[in-house]
Amino acid sequence: MAEIEARYRKKRLDRGIKARADTIFAIASRREILYLILPRVLPVILLLSLPFLLPVYWGKVLVYACIYGLLALSWDFLAACGLFSLGQAFFLGIGAYIAGGLSYYFHWSPFITLPIATIGGGVISAALLSPVVRLRGVYFAMVTLMLPMLFMKMIETTGLLGGTHGLSALKPFPAGWTGTYLVIGLFWVCLFLFRRIINEDYGLVLRAIRDDDRAVMSAAINIYWRKIQALFIAGAVGSFAGAFMTHHYQFVGMSAFALDFSILPVAAVTLGGPGTFAGAALGSMILVPLSEALRALGGMRMAIYCVILILSVIALPEGIFHYIERKYHQFEKLVRVG
Amino acid sequence: MSLLIYGTITSIILALYAAGFSLAYGISGLANFAHGALYILTGYSVWTFLNQIGLPYFLSALLSVIIIGFLGFALYWGLLLRVRGVPLAELIVTFAAGIAILELLMWKGFYGIQYSLPLFVRGGVKLGGVAVDYQRLFVIGTGIVLVVLLYLFVHHTKIGLAFRGMAQNERTALSVGIESDWIGSLSLAAGSALAAVAAVVVLPLGVMESAIGYEVLIYALAVAIIGGLESTPGMILGSFIIGFGQVATAKYLGPKWMIIVPLVAIILVLAVRPSGLFGQFKELEERI
Repeated sequence: MAEIEARYRKKRLDRGIKARADTIFAIASRREILYLILPRVLPVILLLSLPFLLPVYWGKVLVYACIYGLLALSWDFLAACGLFSLGQAFFLGIGAYIAGGLSYYFHWSPFITLPIATIGGGVISAALLSPVVRLRGVYFAMVTLMLPMLFMKMIETTGLLGGTHGLSALKPFPAGWTGTYLVIGLFWVCLFLFRRIINEDYGLVLRAIRDDDRAVMSAAINIYWRKIQALFIAGAVGSFAGAFMTHHYQFVGMSAFALDFSILPVAAVTLGGPGTFAGAALGSMILVPLSEALRALGGMRMAIYCVILILSVIALPEGIFHYIERKYHQFEKLVRVG
Repeated sequence: MSLLIYGTITSIILALYAAGFSLAYGISGLANFAHGALYILTGYSVWTFLNQIGLPYFLSALLSVIIIGFLGFALYWGLLLRVRGVPLAELIVTFAAGIAILELLMWKGFYGIQYSLPLFVRGGVKLGGVAVDYQRLFVIGTGIVLVVLLYLFVHHTKIGLAFRGMAQNERTALSVGIESDWIGSLSLAAGSALAAVAAVVVLPLGVMESAIGYEVLIYALAVAIIGGLESTPGMILGSFIIGFGQVATAKYLGPKWMIIVPLVAIILVLAVRPSGLFGQFKELEERI
């Protein structure tokens, strides 16, 4: 490859307002306060008001986007401690079947089954994956890819929990906005909670496990126990999404373990930007409506996702959110080399 | 007796599934998650050559193996080269490519009874009172021949030795003039071609559908995790454990429990020997 002599290079500098807002001046003027608060508050207000503004159909899509968003957040949380999951559908399916089973056999209301499914799903996911937390990277991904497929096969062949027909006529949420705002609220809580946790001491340990697990071990921290905790948190969030979906559609079937639920969160995080959680949220808010728009293509949808996934991994490895964040905080100018 | 014979057959089928995946991963560290998709694509390609173009069976099988091998080669230079060295990005790319292939095939309506490959030879023999058809014997033969050929190839040819050099230490291999990208792409091509060979001999035994692609991937992964990814004896032992486990489960507990065998085997092996049965220390370091 011929080398091109570079005459200019890009120089990036923090904007003045960023430098000021990082320090005590943050509360000195209205401009700095807005600079800090607007990017956090505007999306919240937007998402809270969207159910009123959108037509009914796109309102449903929004709920769907939040379900996928929760899965993407849980994926990003696992990835932050070095556990790379290809089986988010497993968490979703466990939650969906716990809530579905309780609602079908005992006729419990969603407000009892949701907490049980969330906690129970987290415990079951962590327990089932605990033998393999010793595995890293690709090996862990292999096992997580297998789990939902095996569960799907098991339900199909043994006929437990409704078998191929699934469980239908489950208890719905009360009429009105309850369901919609429940999932939107949880989505925001998870987003900000995860962003906070990952910068606390607790999250620091998790990220250190990802970067160098041996160093963490030599600091006398039990990394396997930490990984199991991370699995519990991610599993609980995924299970909540599943349990919510069950009651929202009043149906649970084998499709809860479908590959869509595994691949779309990964696609969303890679598109949005891994490691920030905001990227995961942004990615799912882009991909899910896009998928609805592509619904006419039918079976091609998954193939198109995969193409988006490949393109975003190759062309924009940092993700959309990192890009936006950089533009917001910094300006660039070309300077002459030499 | 039937347990012994069908256990062996199942095990060798599993070993065929895993051979290509294990080869590519062992040499270049590339986990080819498109493995199952390439397997099914082979079936489709053989079917097309056979029924649409009208080539003889042997020729269409050979052509398909070559084409799939080239596809593996192209996958490396087209996509993987750009993300080489980031294992998770490699994994995402191959996985997504695999799903894209499988979903496209499904979208084109590639399922149903009309899409099945004919047996090589009809009929069968009785071995110790158990009826076995020729195709299954052929699978056993192919498995044994492949393992022997693979052994000779990696121990006695120049490229094979370069493969092993890469597998043992990539940097040292680079310093003695083994080009890492070239060998990496060759290993992926060889792995894909092995998947294609497996498809050619195994697919006539059953139906062809996209779901099989995921199944093949799962079994290849399970065998690889149990045996240790770099070692051929480990791969064979792993497939025999799962194969006999499955046949025994089907016989004594009922066929519906067969699917649990790989998962239980993985968990047991990981509890006892986290490096896999034949894994080396280097591998242990990578894994845990």
